[in-house]
Amino acid sequence: MRLYAIVAAGGFRRHTTYRIATAAGVFTNTVFGAIMAYTYMALWSVRPGLGGYDQSQALTYVWLGQALIMTVAMMGGGFEDELVERIRTGDIAIDLYRPADLQLWWLAGDVGRAAFHLLGRGVVPLAFGALAFDLALPADPRTWLAFLLAVFLGVLVSFSIRYLVALSAFWLLDGAGMAQMAWLGGVFFSGMLLPLNVFPGALGEVARALPWSSLLQIPADVLLGRHTGWGLVGAYGFQLGWAALLLGTGRLLQAAATRRVVVQGG
Amino acid sequence: MAETVAEVTVRHRDAPVGRLRGAAEGVRAYRLIAGMWIRSTLAYRASFLMTALGNFLATGLDFVAILLMFSHIDALGGYTLPEVAFLYGASGAAFGLADLVMGSMDRLGRRVRDGTLDTLLVRPVPVLAQVAADRFALRRLGRITQGLLVLGYALLTLDVHWTPLRALMIPLMLLSGGAIFAAVFVAGGAFQFVAQDASEVQNSFTYGGNQMLQYPPTVFAKDMVRGVTFVVPLAFVNWLPAMYVLDRPYPLDLPQWVAFTPPLVAAGCCALAGAAWRAGLRAYRSTGS
Repeated sequence: MRLYAIVAAGGFRRHTTYRIATAAGVFTNTVFGAIMAYTYMALWSVRPGLGGYDQSQALTYVWLGQALIMTVAMMGGGFEDELVERIRTGDIAIDLYRPADLQLWWLAGDVGRAAFHLLGRGVVPLAFGALAFDLALPADPRTWLAFLLAVFLGVLVSFSIRYLVALSAFWLLDGAGMAQMAWLGGVFFSGMLLPLNVFPGALGEVARALPWSSLLQIPADVLLGRHTGWGLVGAYGFQLGWAALLLGTGRLLQAAATRRVVVQGG
Repeated sequence: MAETVAEVTVRHRDAPVGRLRGAAEGVRAYRLIAGMWIRSTLAYRASFLMTALGNFLATGLDFVAILLMFSHIDALGGYTLPEVAFLYGASGAAFGLADLVMGSMDRLGRRVRDGTLDTLLVRPVPVLAQVAADRFALRRLGRITQGLLVLGYALLTLDVHWTPLRALMIPLMLLSGGAIFAAVFVAGGAFQFVAQDASEVQNSFTYGGNQMLQYPPTVFAKDMVRGVTFVVPLAFVNWLPAMYVLDRPYPLDLPQWVAFTPPLVAAGCCALAGAAWRAGLRAYRSTGS
């Protein structure tokens, strides 16, 4: 356990190195947030109450999306490229005889990364949004704590999806195609472009049942106070269920992949 | 050492005859390098097809989001779906062109950081052509295709009284718009000589600009519209020419002839971006590794 804590701390520290990149990312998230905020304002001024949100809740959703985009890696990234590269070059063999579990190792590193991105990439865009627009942020610190837990579970689900994507490189060797397919799911079904409760009819039902809704839609609804009491427990249960299922699949795939590894020696 | 090489390269290309020859050389080198990357891409056919399709779908998602919005409303910012699709398709296709030709510019920061830019400096080929053609990504055809399809849909459904001048606006938007976006890519590359890790700032103006132009200007705050009209002149990509085609007023009270200026603006942007690029290259200090 101590080992994984160290790996997580390393993941955090590693990303703190890229200060200029972080500042550049914050700038870009803020620009995108502003563009989206105006399009949402135009939409909600024609249809107030769309998806059960009033305009300030919709704007809060926009800025939460920009604040969480890196934390829950909605567009992928974080570790897959590195793991795919290790699989492709065969360095994975070294990882496999380390006295650490492969999945937990990468998970710990990704949790550290997510923690850094929450602070480094999340706080400033949200604060800018709160200053420049009328947001519906809760005053109750317990809501914020509930939100943080939902974000953590979102990171777990996000990791488990990206881990599966990375493991596909054992069979496909080039991970780019799978990564792009996962990117599509992440961008569309996380609700980053449009809240999932604005999706019409059956598409909305399906979108809300997919694992990606754990990344943004559920944390946002927790912060907006739309999940309370047993509803909150249900939301957490949904996230945990997907995390368990996908992490379990990751383990099975990992076991199958490990049997495929042939070390060439030399 | 690399610094002197950079200076020599720049001085050589600044000579009046040398610059013209340099441009021709650059285009030729660009074609060769891009051709090499295309062959390399086609070596992994399944992955190429998936990424091209993915690129097509990924850019299409923006439009799906717009369609979902229009499943609840009839007009956004006073614009109907065919009108928004017209803005979207024009900007998307113009941006797709620039992204295909110049999209690799955002890798420059990485090359500066890991020192591989030095390799490019000692080759007898213009650096801009080498950086722009680096990892030429054929999959970006997906983005152009998607933009053109939406533009086609808009042209079929728009209720516009077409005149020769209005029809002329469409190729004008795509070409000048592509040139304006390409200039932004090059300027962003020049900026990375100074701030190596800051490549993401460039995305605000390229991808962010494209996203903004997909919506009607009436949606945005006046200051944002002023910013993309007078500071980074992205409004000339599609907003201003499209206002002429759609016969709509521009939020900033500009005279109508402004709709015909995108080629001039594009030329100006390219000249400025070129100057910025040369300044950046001249200021380059190798990491020494």
